[in-house]
Amino acid sequence: MTWYIVRRFLQLIPVFLGATLLVYFLVFSLPGDATAAICGERGCTPAVIAGLREQYNLDQPFWIQYLLYLKGVLTFDLGTNFSGRPIATIIAEVFPTTAKLAVMALILEAVFGIVFGLIAGLRKGRIFDSSVLVLSLIVIAVPIFVLGFLMQFLIGVKLEWANPTVSGDATISELLLPAVVLGLVSFAYVLRLTRTSIIENVNADYVRTATAKGLSRKRVVVVHVLRNSLIPVVTFLGADLGALMGGAIVTEGIFNVNGVGNTLYRAVLNGDGPMVVSIVTFLILIFCLANLLVDLLYAWLDPRIRYA
Amino acid sequence: MSHSINPGTGAGINPGAAADHGRAADRASSGAPAPLLELRDLAITFATNNGDVQAVRDAHLTVMPGETVAIVGESGSGKSTTALAAIGLLPGNGRVSSGSIIFDGEDITHASEKRIVELRGASIGMVPQDPMSNLNPVWKIGFQVRETLRANGLPSGSQDVAKVLAEAGLPDAESRANQYPHEFSGGMRQRALIAIGLSCRPRLLIADEPTSALDVTVQRQILDHLDTMTEELGTAVLLITHDLGLAAERAHKVIVMYQGQVVEAGPALELLTNPRHPYTQKLVASAPSIASRRIASAKKTGEVAGDELAPSEPRSPQHDTVIKVAELTKVFKLRGSWGRSTDFTAVDDVSFSVTRGTTTAVVGESGSGKSTVARMVLGLEPVTSGSIEFDGVDLTTLGRKELFDFRRRVQPIFQDPYGSLDPMYNIYRTIEEPLRVHSIGNGKSREKKVRELLDQVALPSSMMQRFPNELSGGQRQRVAIARALALDPEVVICDEAVSALDVLVQAQILNLLADLQSELGLSYLFITHDLAVVRQIADHVAVMEKGRLVEQGTTDSVFDNPQTAYTQALLAAIPGAGLVLPPEAA
Repeated sequence: MTWYIVRRFLQLIPVFLGATLLVYFLVFSLPGDATAAICGERGCTPAVIAGLREQYNLDQPFWIQYLLYLKGVLTFDLGTNFSGRPIATIIAEVFPTTAKLAVMALILEAVFGIVFGLIAGLRKGRIFDSSVLVLSLIVIAVPIFVLGFLMQFLIGVKLEWANPTVSGDATISELLLPAVVLGLVSFAYVLRLTRTSIIENVNADYVRTATAKGLSRKRVVVVHVLRNSLIPVVTFLGADLGALMGGAIVTEGIFNVNGVGNTLYRAVLNGDGPMVVSIVTFLILIFCLANLLVDLLYAWLDPRIRYA
Repeated sequence: MSHSINPGTGAGINPGAAADHGRAADRASSGAPAPLLELRDLAITFATNNGDVQAVRDAHLTVMPGETVAIVGESGSGKSTTALAAIGLLPGNGRVSSGSIIFDGEDITHASEKRIVELRGASIGMVPQDPMSNLNPVWKIGFQVRETLRANGLPSGSQDVAKVLAEAGLPDAESRANQYPHEFSGGMRQRALIAIGLSCRPRLLIADEPTSALDVTVQRQILDHLDTMTEELGTAVLLITHDLGLAAERAHKVIVMYQGQVVEAGPALELLTNPRHPYTQKLVASAPSIASRRIASAKKTGEVAGDELAPSEPRSPQHDTVIKVAELTKVFKLRGSWGRSTDFTAVDDVSFSVTRGTTTAVVGESGSGKSTVARMVLGLEPVTSGSIEFDGVDLTTLGRKELFDFRRRVQPIFQDPYGSLDPMYNIYRTIEEPLRVHSIGNGKSREKKVRELLDQVALPSSMMQRFPNELSGGQRQRVAIARALALDPEVVICDEAVSALDVLVQAQILNLLADLQSELGLSYLFITHDLAVVRQIADHVAVMEKGRLVEQGTTDSVFDNPQTAYTQALLAAIPGAGLVLPPEAA
């Protein structure tokens, strides 16, 4: 087990190198002069431009630029963005909001998805099952920005149950509505996945045997059906956590959340190369760690999986 | 087997066990013992998309306290359904449509869910069929025993759990309880399931094919243990099995079910010696476990009997060797921890040969390496060392092209007729495919060939356009045989080719194989775990144990005079082998 975890961490190294190289190369190949983005409409004097080029190593060839960047990362110096603010500070500022939003969305989609999926699976073909299936299909089919604006308008503006936008503090209650929107599509997937998995497991031989042992229906469902059915669901949730942490550009945009997604979006628009590379690298690491967490959770759920 | 043959012990009620049960005590005053379980004219229907289907009709049976009653029937006969109905375990679309289920004087046909849950485990236990799928893979064995005890209000400390497991014959129970099902062998899992079934001392145990997924020697141990335990506890057993020999050996009373109906019931031995219903008569005649013994005794007395079932009389032997396997060894690399690999020798220095036009059987239990031998002879698995000579040419030296040609001459028939036919191919395409692959003939001549082949395996040519899912298991296996014969092979390798079939179908397929052999001069390499089948089909037998060949010889010599302890144990473990039938029963 320890060896497995060590190996998984070692695997992060090539993933990290490959991903940063790729992103760095893409940003490097962007058309246009990076200094133009910093100087804006008024332009800078040639001396300032030369200074900027030196500061951001823009005068170096690609490989040197990349290696200098790597050196920075390894010494925990992510450098500054084009506005001169340390990138590490910016990430530390916006990430907690995104993390809060992601965890809230994950909890919502997991709890409601699993509970609804369980009930639908146990009552396969009945009215609850059919209506929930149709609803989940609608949620999956309608684009997220439509759902987002719709809920913002209905709940935030018309009914005034929640703030339509999120302030700089990003309190839990403010984030609730964005979290619902963010988790909505995944909720539909979790529901369907749970339902299918439950239907498959409820007819398993060991479930019948558990019933024959004299266990109550409730215990059979919780102990023998649910746990076994959660294995594929957990895989999905883990992958989704990584994706949610990556910031939801659309949802954060709609509700004006000052999170990773919004920051990344702005950095891309501004052509802020160092910022884009740093944020993407950070997200990749988060994604890898989330996946590792899933795999460990997997082993806990299913003892047949052995990590050697 | 101590008590099993004599139907007279049917009244062997354990008075102690019965007396401490209130209801039974009430009735004890009325004199005659009352049945523990009684099914009265039970009918069970399943709701399907095409309307209701009646699975069981007018099923009638009684189980007295402490008595062992067996229900025998082929798959689809309704035997499991009948038994499962007794503890309310019918699948969701099934229901009891008429009749009643009386347990211990109480009508539980339409009892509340609460009452049924009370009865399950505590009064009626169950040992299910397949030990591989009946334990929840994600919980420790001990947990699964403990929750049974707890649910039925019994002490459930770790000692209690260990005690229950130890009673079922699980060695080292205390530490075993902390393991997961996948760390157990099939036999150990079945012991755990028996432990669970009997843990709450039920008065009735429903054993649904409790050992049919296990090797014969393990099967025997488990059944012996189950016998001993139920006898000690005074538990009545409702045993469901497809094996008439096993039923006769273990039960006081046998009930034969056919197409959802009870066709015959009576004391075990009487039913075997004097079957009245035509179906039972057929069943008795083709039950391999019983038939094989009978053939043996007929031969000894010089009678030429059972020839349709026993093509083992040497047919004009040509005495040339078609396959010669010498010092064959297969080593698999197993991945260990920390990236190390360990060697596992699956086949160890095996030598045997197949004489043209005869049948050689390779017999062994699971893990004996018999299927690996078959795969190597088919050229599907690389050989670690040793040689396989086919008609004097060493297979291991063949190139791609030569191997392709070799495949024409050696064809396989596999165990699972459901898995070995492509569900998307109709029967014509299935049988025609090998001809097409080897570019033999044109469309017209191929169609003629397919018709001939279907005719040879006794299937109507109207079947050509059908798909595998429209066929029964026996029909599918006939299709698999036709496909194997399409290329006019010299050798057919049958890997458990009849193991998945019901006895009657099995007998038909074995007959067909024997007919084809004498007609076409085929040589068979027959891989099987079932010694009874070997007796009926093979001329030579090679017995494998843990990768090694422990004994070989002619079928008669191996069966009549087994040399090694392992072969003796295998033979003794055939269900029904110990039954001595009066000669006229044949």
